[in-house]
Amino acid sequence: MTTRSMDAPDTRNLLDHTAQGVIGKPLDRPDGPAKVTGRATYAAEHDIPNCAEGVLVLASISKGEVLGFDEEEVLALPGVIAVISDERMIARSAQGGANEAPVQKVRNVEYFGQPIALVVAETGPQAQHAAERLKVRYRVEDRDNVAINPDEAKAEPHKEPTIQGDIDHAMKEAAHAVDLTYTTQGQVSAAMEMHASIAEWDGHTLTAHSSLQMLNYNINELADALDLEPERVRLISRYVGGGFGSKLGIAAELVAASVAAIELGRPVRVVMTRRQVFECVIRRSETEQRLRLGTDADGRLTAFGHEARVSNLPGEKFAEPVTQASKFLYAGHNRKLAINLARIHRVTAGSVRAPGEAVGMQALEAAMDELANAVGIDPVELRLRNIPERHPTMDIPYSSRKLAECLHVAAERFGWDGSDRRPAQRREGDWWIGTGMASAARVHNLANAQARVTLQADGTAIVASDMTDIGTGTYTVLRQIAAEMLGLDPENVLVRLGDTDFPPGPGSGGSHGAASTGSAVQLACETIRDRLVERLGCKPDELTLKDGFATCGNRRAAYPDLLQGADIEEIGKFEVGKIKGQYSTAMYGAFFTEVAVNAWSGETRVRRMTGAFGIGRALNEKTALSQCIGGMAWGIGQALTEQLMFDRRDGHIVNPDLAEYHVPVNLDVPDLDAVLVEERDPAASPLQAKGVGELGICGAGGAICNAIYHATGVRVRDFPITPDKLIAQLPDV
Amino acid sequence: MKPFDYIRPESLEYAAQQQQRDGGRFIAGGTNLLDLMKLEVETPERLFDLNRMPMAQIEPEGEGLRIGALVSNNACAADPRVRRDYPVLSRAILAGATFQLRNRATTAGNLCQRTRCYYFYNTAMPCNKREPGTGCSALNGINRIHAILGASDQCIATYPGDMAVALYALDATVEILQASGGRRHVPVRDFHRLPGDEPEKDNVLEPGDVITGVVLPPPPQGVQLYRKVRERSSYAFALVSVAAVVRMDGERIAEASLAFGALAHKPWHDPRIETLLAGEVPSDAVFDKAADLLLEGAEDYGHNGYKIPLARRTLKEVLRNATGGGQ
Repeated sequence: MTTRSMDAPDTRNLLDHTAQGVIGKPLDRPDGPAKVTGRATYAAEHDIPNCAEGVLVLASISKGEVLGFDEEEVLALPGVIAVISDERMIARSAQGGANEAPVQKVRNVEYFGQPIALVVAETGPQAQHAAERLKVRYRVEDRDNVAINPDEAKAEPHKEPTIQGDIDHAMKEAAHAVDLTYTTQGQVSAAMEMHASIAEWDGHTLTAHSSLQMLNYNINELADALDLEPERVRLISRYVGGGFGSKLGIAAELVAASVAAIELGRPVRVVMTRRQVFECVIRRSETEQRLRLGTDADGRLTAFGHEARVSNLPGEKFAEPVTQASKFLYAGHNRKLAINLARIHRVTAGSVRAPGEAVGMQALEAAMDELANAVGIDPVELRLRNIPERHPTMDIPYSSRKLAECLHVAAERFGWDGSDRRPAQRREGDWWIGTGMASAARVHNLANAQARVTLQADGTAIVASDMTDIGTGTYTVLRQIAAEMLGLDPENVLVRLGDTDFPPGPGSGGSHGAASTGSAVQLACETIRDRLVERLGCKPDELTLKDGFATCGNRRAAYPDLLQGADIEEIGKFEVGKIKGQYSTAMYGAFFTEVAVNAWSGETRVRRMTGAFGIGRALNEKTALSQCIGGMAWGIGQALTEQLMFDRRDGHIVNPDLAEYHVPVNLDVPDLDAVLVEERDPAASPLQAKGVGELGICGAGGAICNAIYHATGVRVRDFPITPDKLIAQLPDV
Repeated sequence: MKPFDYIRPESLEYAAQQQQRDGGRFIAGGTNLLDLMKLEVETPERLFDLNRMPMAQIEPEGEGLRIGALVSNNACAADPRVRRDYPVLSRAILAGATFQLRNRATTAGNLCQRTRCYYFYNTAMPCNKREPGTGCSALNGINRIHAILGASDQCIATYPGDMAVALYALDATVEILQASGGRRHVPVRDFHRLPGDEPEKDNVLEPGDVITGVVLPPPPQGVQLYRKVRERSSYAFALVSVAAVVRMDGERIAEASLAFGALAHKPWHDPRIETLLAGEVPSDAVFDKAADLLLEGAEDYGHNGYKIPLARRTLKEVLRNATGGGQ
């Protein structure tokens, strides 16, 4: 094992000095053909003999206690094997990185939709029917004693607020100021693959195929729930059909399947229905955000306030970190940033793609637009004028930061004209046309990671880690890193992921997967290169690896000749060392968009959208851009259509399906124009790469909000901006 | 899903008799029924699969056109005669669902599609339509997609479809085979019901009734439009929709036939609006009067009040576009 701690920027920039020339190239996904032809086996699809089928039963009360079940009736139904409501089962999903079991008291109901039992039968339909029929006896808590809606609970400060200078005074003194409240409604990840697990118990070890993002944590969460040593648990998630945060922590179906497998002595599969995924996994909290922005006469920020109110279940540590990018994005000496958390009885709030920035940037960037209008300058210029020299609170330097470049590049591609921002000036037939822009920002996360690389005697290589590929392209980029470092055609590198038998990585979450696990792969490859140097008997800087040949001075050898039948295997153990906290490191970008708003109905359609992004080194241009495009598409949904609706009486979600929870469809998404600006960030990772998975959503919805205002003169401060909110203010036609 | 018997009947007459005697549901495309069965909103003891019955033809009937009950939505929308003579129908169908769903969905099934009321879909919630006598959860719940016209204190659900709205504007007729072997013809405008005290009944079909087709009258003269307002561009139910067939006589409106979707428990047709418009020179004032009539009894149940101005605006938009007048 090779261990290295990152204690300072890694300026060696190895990947720009290797010979293979595949890093960054827009290579296709090696897993692509298997996925599009149905040969990639997802968690629920494993064909396991004698597998019983389980269906979760969810609570239909908001708070109270399960007194019992009328099991006899359903046990008499054909094929029904068991009704299980066990103290090991979990009532909530684990938060990302929890590393321990979440709340397990399934009979103690804390929200409508909480898992309370599992019905197991020979077939799925039998189990589904029995679960629907199962009568539950409850003690129901008096509604008056239960806070269900955010306005029924008092919000308490979550963590220390950032308070710097005197914002109240600065707002009074400001030449231009806006004091605005934006709200966003709850959202869900809506990953294509529903949460699913198959558990097998051999009397000693629990093996589960499951759809998960972070196996290294998930194994401990499951082991803790089952009260087993982690060594007796194995998790396999080779293919994951999207996660977007909803699979960071384990969900109820995995533990229920495991408990049932242990109790029944046979494999058990539990697949959530789409409605159950909505009802019991993770929601993104609704937010209420007060933005106070004040500038001098030139539009330089002197006051910067961002105070948010969010919600979660009692006991949960997670509070949507709405102000995360507000900490570092813009200047302003007088600052107040705060998160207030209300405890309410709705499904667990947790991480949904870009927790914090997705909603925080959406509101901030809309408020910045209002501020630009108040100052009377081009909103691009307002942003350029407020890029701070150093982190405004921590007084540390920024690492590589491409915000200004992204603003310029995207403005140029889009054909931005910010000279006249008067609203409601352009009409095409029944449609108001307007343009808007926003910055993008998302913190960079880096995590400890291990990966094993084997250069095999035949000259091919295998990379293995418990890291997952949730559709982001991990298989592809790890292959490229190893191919680049080892001088191999990528076709000769096999990447194996998603199995806790492999060395642990941090998993996929917080956009940290590729940079962290990739750094571990690079590290292992460095050691393998050293071994080759030893065998060739030359100096390290003389070594060139390309196309399966090692060249050193005038010696050139094919790997099989050099390896003489013996593999070289190495585990790279990458650790985030003292680099943490030395720099403010983040990904940046810019969005420009043109929308059309129907003058009669308020229907809004995005006509075009350009995004430019600085993500450090792009490990694969195609998969990186795909992430950006996916984020922008979600930005359209965030801005215009996506919202969880909760019944105020009991907190149940009234639209828990994809017919009524409106993610954008193809017709809503124009041909998105995304581009990467060239960047290397030595402080971000030894690869010079930062994260990319979440950046594309961070601010995109704000740009659309701004374009709607520019088109119509109507500023809607409650996302999503649906027609009902617009027509209330649209002028007569 | 509750276990059920699956029956592939030998003949339509047999299916009608058996269904009248034993109960159960007819199934064609199943795009709505199967979803509801999976949720156990629908729990039929038996299904009569009508897919092999010879009812998938579109053929002339007099000067009109007869659409067989099993004609798929896409086949109907794509039929050259429908596109030429009844474009409002073609457009309404294409505004609905997705391409894949429209390949499965049938003419008769679509007429019978059930409401999208959130509470109807949730078996943990009281719902008079699903379980008569349990109450209406939507009345004091989230009702942004609910009815503003013709509702009752028993039910404020809407009929969600698009195709039927166009059929109302076209004044089509539903052809029904009865268990007795007889046939009856019901004007489509009388086919669906308002909820009243029996919200469980969506339409006037009696046990043993099988829809065999829909008859379109001779092609109407004039402009035909379908306007659907929705939150996303595809695969979303209407917030408001308007089907219009408008014939001009010089400067004046000779005849206007209008139907509205997503406002009520059935596609909404108000003959008073057509009487008002006939003979008028189109103007915003006239359009506003039409909207006043339409929305006379409109009720806001808490979240659906926006439909009142939205229906007014959409009606005016359609009338402007259909008549070339106004403003």
